[in-house]
Amino acid sequence: MTEAPLLEVRDLSVSFPQASGDVRAVRGISYTVNQGEFLGIVGESGSGKSVSSMAVMGLLPRNAVITGEVLLRGESLLRQNDRELSRLRGKEIAMIFQDPLSALTPVYTVGTQIAEGLMLHDKSLSEQAANARAVELLGIVGIPAPERRANGFPHEFSGGMRQRVMIAIAIANDPNLIIADEPTTALDVTIQAQILEVLQKAKDITGAAVVLITHDLGVVAGNADRIAVMYAGRLVETGTVDDVFSRPEMPYTIGLLRSVPNLITAGRTRLVPLEGRPPSLAALPPGCPFEPRCPISVSACTTIEPPLVELSGGHAVACIRAPEIEAGTLRPGDIFPRPEPVAAETALVNDRDSILSIKGLVRHFPLTSGAVFKKQIGTVKAVDGIDLEIQAGQVLGLVGESGCGKSTTILEVLEMTGPQAGTITVDGRDVASLSKAERLGLRKDVQIVFQDPMAALDPRLTIEDVVGEPLTVHQVSRSARRERVGELLDLVGLDSSMSSRYPHEFSGGQRQRIGIARALATNPKLLVLDEPVSALDVSIQAGVMNLLEDLKVQLGLSYLFVAHDLAVVRQIADTVAVMYLGRIVESGDVGDVFAHPKHPYTQALISAVPIPDPEAERSRTRILLEGDLPSPTDEISGCNFHGRCPLFKILDASRQQRCLDEDPQLRVIDTTSVACHHVEQNTLQPL
Amino acid sequence: MAITDPRTSVDVDLTAELVPAAKAPRNASRARLIWLRLKGTPRFWLGATVVAAMILWAVFGLLITRWSPTDQDLINSSTGPTGLHWFGTDEIGQDIYAETVSGLRRSLVIGLIAGPAGTLIAAFVGAFAGYIGGKADAVISWMINLLLVLPAFFILVLLSPIFKSLSFLVLTAFIALFSWMIMAQVIRAQTKSLRDREFVKAARFMGVGTGKIIRRHILPNVASLLIIDATLGVVAAIDSETALSYFGFGVQRPQVSLGVLLADGTPSATTRPWMFLFPALVLVVLLFAVSLVGDALRDAVDPTSGNTND
Repeated sequence: MTEAPLLEVRDLSVSFPQASGDVRAVRGISYTVNQGEFLGIVGESGSGKSVSSMAVMGLLPRNAVITGEVLLRGESLLRQNDRELSRLRGKEIAMIFQDPLSALTPVYTVGTQIAEGLMLHDKSLSEQAANARAVELLGIVGIPAPERRANGFPHEFSGGMRQRVMIAIAIANDPNLIIADEPTTALDVTIQAQILEVLQKAKDITGAAVVLITHDLGVVAGNADRIAVMYAGRLVETGTVDDVFSRPEMPYTIGLLRSVPNLITAGRTRLVPLEGRPPSLAALPPGCPFEPRCPISVSACTTIEPPLVELSGGHAVACIRAPEIEAGTLRPGDIFPRPEPVAAETALVNDRDSILSIKGLVRHFPLTSGAVFKKQIGTVKAVDGIDLEIQAGQVLGLVGESGCGKSTTILEVLEMTGPQAGTITVDGRDVASLSKAERLGLRKDVQIVFQDPMAALDPRLTIEDVVGEPLTVHQVSRSARRERVGELLDLVGLDSSMSSRYPHEFSGGQRQRIGIARALATNPKLLVLDEPVSALDVSIQAGVMNLLEDLKVQLGLSYLFVAHDLAVVRQIADTVAVMYLGRIVESGDVGDVFAHPKHPYTQALISAVPIPDPEAERSRTRILLEGDLPSPTDEISGCNFHGRCPLFKILDASRQQRCLDEDPQLRVIDTTSVACHHVEQNTLQPL
Repeated sequence: MAITDPRTSVDVDLTAELVPAAKAPRNASRARLIWLRLKGTPRFWLGATVVAAMILWAVFGLLITRWSPTDQDLINSSTGPTGLHWFGTDEIGQDIYAETVSGLRRSLVIGLIAGPAGTLIAAFVGAFAGYIGGKADAVISWMINLLLVLPAFFILVLLSPIFKSLSFLVLTAFIALFSWMIMAQVIRAQTKSLRDREFVKAARFMGVGTGKIIRRHILPNVASLLIIDATLGVVAAIDSETALSYFGFGVQRPQVSLGVLLADGTPSATTRPWMFLFPALVLVVLLFAVSLVGDALRDAVDPTSGNTND
């Protein structure tokens, strides 16, 4: 480390002037990135992590006020004009964005876009050579048949494939620094694992340093060398991954780490919620910005904002009580104690009653072409014969990648009209046989909580009207409704005096609580939870998860919990069903399935989940799935997973033939049901 | 799904992260935010003041003159503006001031009824078609498209013998009937996207009825669009009325509207300009003022539309 670091950020501040006061998005951060280093910047939304890297790239809107210094090999980036910066961007620094669709131009082929980047920075390159290099790059990032795909347009690529193209563009000019801003947030876990692998490969090939910006602690744990934690526009803790994960010293980092469900420990211990929300960057109070949420704050915290101080070997913390934490007099468990589980006060439910029973459910959508005279050209088998069973007081976790048919399944349950084939029985009654009035009555028993708490609440209604809406259907008087709304808000941990406010005045976590309160209004027996925490910041997730666990026990609820985050499912579910292309491929007790997954798909899913523990991450070998989820319109003979199956590849020819010919049915092995012919031959190790 | 529809993609906003923090003062509901933005727009105040003044003038304007629109002052026929006849008289001695006020009154009534009425039709038809979808939507869309390709002015001309004999309200109704289609399509498209929003789904799964969902969740969420359309619809309706009347197919004497006055004044525009100029001036000022209000409203509702640097 004798030469100048590759990237040095010194006291960088960014503010956006606004009528209501300046928004100070980044407030004096300094960090360095050395050649070939992998730095992870972690923070919740609004912490300024994206804005700071946009400032480094010179991509902020013109009204942003930037102070401080950004040096690339000692050369200032902030003082360059746009032309000089453009030369550096791509050649020296490359950026990978979160949404690969809007980052690619829809009207040019992918190959052209890569070649364009190449020729911009190397004028001597012929068009032919550039195109050949583009094809080569697509091959490096793992795009199958690169010669053909180079002529494809961005919309013909899936999200994961587009992100690969973005990486190909980023490494095209052999940059020294790659900044990746939430590159995997929009993707499924199996695709996320692939992309992170490609990113590591890109780093190895180019020898570039990588700055990975993410909110997911698991993602940095497995990949980064050093991490920097951001909160309210400041760096609050930096250090090597091992130091920060095993000996966090800033209470925020401690809280964050304890609030994340971890696939290894989930289900055994309760999550530790980190209450409150990040402060508004427009009107920051004096003192430490984390003080209002910090359980160990002292009076000095409200007056001085502690600077980032190096304690030992490159581990720096911005907290005035960090020395005590370092010395061990304040232990993480004391700062954020685990909440006690609620005692089962009112477990009135008769245990083994079936609350929801789905048998052979089928939902096929015809695929038609032609505007006037429609003709069917195929079938989308969204749900293709599944069985699910939820008993009273139990939680069924339904997991799978996007496009596997989870959403269609819950829509079929909630529509309460007869399915195309199969039966749906809610609380002992077949929904196909219901009259209109009976259906309305049964709707009381089944309610839904949506993923996005902003979209799920009508912005024009007050909280009282939102939460009371289900009651209006069932002719409840206005005064009784108001009383019930008060009760419900108390139940979900909100102040009932807030009922006259509008949804946008609440934080994400509070909004999700409002959504839960609304779902509980009619005293339902079954809640359908459609990704209830995936749109929330990590620190907020834990609080909502604990609330759901408590409500389940207090009210004797059953949940159909749909999620793609396996750790979250592991935390709350009793039984789990893994869905792939409209089928259930494995189901059983959550402990059994997670400890001994038998279907290769389940194994790959579990192995793809990053664990927020660098040591555990390093000792794992990933089972990587190849390619994307096939289009549900494809006719696949035999097992519909064989195209991506890691087990299939290591089987001998006769066994492979069976996978190609014969559609596997669910069969019980030990305690779980698995739809795979070759469970006995499966030697893959998922964790 | 392997291929994502590009239209459903979310745009990356550089400052998106900051939005929660940078939100306007608390308790600012959307309506208040719109009002705050509107308040700071000079265009709005100019337009609103002029519109209000013209409405007051149309209502009370006849009280301050001794002439009524039907009076004939044969001694002073064809005179220019004087102390006696402020806007002059025509060749049979009718007072132009009284006629203009009376014409403005009728034009305003037609505009204020037909504009919002068209919007109301658009709101219900569009929301219904968009929410129900399926066959009903196909039929309604087909009808909308049919009405759009029919030349509305020509049909109104063909129908003019019918409403010539009836009250001008029939004319108003016809103008409204031919002015809702484009807005209905906008509302239909908006409703289609709202229908897939989770709060609408949530209401449906609670068992809330279709009519109630449209009234409670769909229409309030497109209200801003409707308000703008109703405002600009007034301009369009007055425009159509004027055009029809100008060609003799709209309002018929002895009733007068600005269009009728313009038609009467045109032949003598060069020799007796006051007959043409005053009604034309009133019409232009009125339409300009209403447009200003509508324009300011649109910018306040959707700050990204058009130019807000005023």
